[in-house]
Amino acid sequence: MPQATTKPQIHAPTQPEPSRKKNVVVRFLKQWDIQLMVWPGIILIFVFAYLPMYGVLTGFMDYKINTGARIFENNWVGFKHFSMFFNAPEFYTVMRNTIVISLLKFLIGFPAPIILALMLNEIRHMMFKRVVQTITYLPHFMSWVIVAGLVGSMLSTENGSINILLQKINLIDDPVNFMSMPEYFWSILISANVWKEIGFGSIVYLAAIAGVDQSMYEAADIDGASKFKQIYLITIPTIMPVIVIFMILAIGNLLSAGFEDILLLAENPVLRPVSDVIDTYVYRVGLSNFRYSYATAVGLFKAVISIGLLTMANYLARKSGNSLW
Amino acid sequence: MTRLAFGDRIMHIIIYTFLILLSFSALYPFWNALVISFNLGLDTSKGGVTFWPRVFTLENYEIVLNDKRLVNGMVISVARTVVGSAAAILMTAILAYGMTKRELIGRNVYMVYFIFTMYFGGGLIPTFLLIRSLGLMNTFWVFIIPALISVWNMIIFRTFFRGLPAGLEESAKVDGCSNWGILFRIVLPLSGPVIATLALFTAVSHWNDWFIASIYINNEKLLPIQTMLRQILNANIVTDMSNNLDTASQARIESARTITTKSLTMATMMVATLPIVLVYPFVQKYFVKGVLIGSLKE
Repeated sequence: MPQATTKPQIHAPTQPEPSRKKNVVVRFLKQWDIQLMVWPGIILIFVFAYLPMYGVLTGFMDYKINTGARIFENNWVGFKHFSMFFNAPEFYTVMRNTIVISLLKFLIGFPAPIILALMLNEIRHMMFKRVVQTITYLPHFMSWVIVAGLVGSMLSTENGSINILLQKINLIDDPVNFMSMPEYFWSILISANVWKEIGFGSIVYLAAIAGVDQSMYEAADIDGASKFKQIYLITIPTIMPVIVIFMILAIGNLLSAGFEDILLLAENPVLRPVSDVIDTYVYRVGLSNFRYSYATAVGLFKAVISIGLLTMANYLARKSGNSLW
Repeated sequence: MTRLAFGDRIMHIIIYTFLILLSFSALYPFWNALVISFNLGLDTSKGGVTFWPRVFTLENYEIVLNDKRLVNGMVISVARTVVGSAAAILMTAILAYGMTKRELIGRNVYMVYFIFTMYFGGGLIPTFLLIRSLGLMNTFWVFIIPALISVWNMIIFRTFFRGLPAGLEESAKVDGCSNWGILFRIVLPLSGPVIATLALFTAVSHWNDWFIASIYINNEKLLPIQTMLRQILNANIVTDMSNNLDTASQARIESARTITTKSLTMATMMVATLPIVLVYPFVQKYFVKGVLIGSLKE
């Protein structure tokens, strides 16, 4: 992590060596005022982030509902719940949906904001650019509940605008009930995601593009390079480090195919064979069927694979010279 | 600017067309819902309402805003947004300022401790069991306390604080100002833009959250508007909605035949989004900056 080194430091710790150990305690107590700033945060993170990590041990036990959360009263069962998941009839569907949905989101949702940023960068009418930006940020600020409501309303068989449009241009004769047809679910889900985040996602790339040295474009102009060539040969290579960093993060999230969006867009159980992913599966078996240990094990399985993916992506990125840590 | 080459002009036409279509698609679903919410329900059900209300009415809003449960949901949403964001921003800013201190003993260990939680977590079920055993179920505090510290926001705050001129702090120290005094009298007053950005993001996530209430809250009086809206929309899809709509609205539907569940749902949706939609364009320049501070850090 790069740290500011320009700041002058007044209290340089230059105490003599022998008393150093005792000094740590004394110095710690002496700086109680700044320690008091960080300890509430440390405690809160301990309770709400580290205690649940300890709680993953539930996945290696048979959780008994009546004993509550006291972990040592439960029986250790090793990897029982993990192998149960691997042998469960849903395993194949859940894994396939998770991988397909997250790959689709990655392949379509990741480049979309970059392309939008490249397009916006070509716009010279500032007013037009600002209006487009403001409008495309709008969906980002709406909750998934609202977005799912809007999607449902657009695709509705009664008076849904999409059905009206498709009927007007004679593509269909009768309204199609898109929201209950498994074959459309992935397209709807991915479109809704791109629709929601494309504008907001482009902010970072626009800023990176703004940092490109303008003289390179001027030189390219003189050489007669077309706009398209300039984007391809100047803009994209310059913003590559930013793209790579966001790509690493996206790869680390590959098993997070989505949660809120899927839960809300696939309320109809008919869609389950195509909509069930690890996170929604954990939610359902854990919180609706109360199989706490089993659901914890499934969740842990996902978290471990995610860390593996992230480490791998970072390793590859480091080889190319851009890494996260 | 020189005259554009032929190929470049084609590209510009494509880009403008695409951006106009994209903006239209971003706005239209929202606009259509707004139109339906202002259209007479009975007329909407005849179909074909798209860009403009055909039979303008305020009655959908009248019903939504007179529904005690929905109003209570709004109050809960406002309360958790205001209390939750203010408390979270304050706690996170204090933590971040402490973490900027070079003399802070254990600083590097603390940093690793915080950052680790960005990559690994216990997951849904252990968190659920924890919240339950802490007795936070069915309390207002389940919205506030677990969300007090955001490591991500802490890092953004810390980066911003470090960028402030060091001389200000030094001179305040010489004048005998304590560290807490410096934080509240000098650092925070100079941090307007970053506070505005993070407060906006935190407020949006509080306002938009429906999930926490859906798993931790059974008490109807504590449900925020988004969770209620989800129940209404859900009922619309799975079963006949009018059975699941609250009794007050149902009674009114019985009495006034012009109202439909669709127009009521749309009006509720508008009420639940408008606060954000009205605010975000005005803080746009701040959050663009905030996103950048965040991404520079990476």
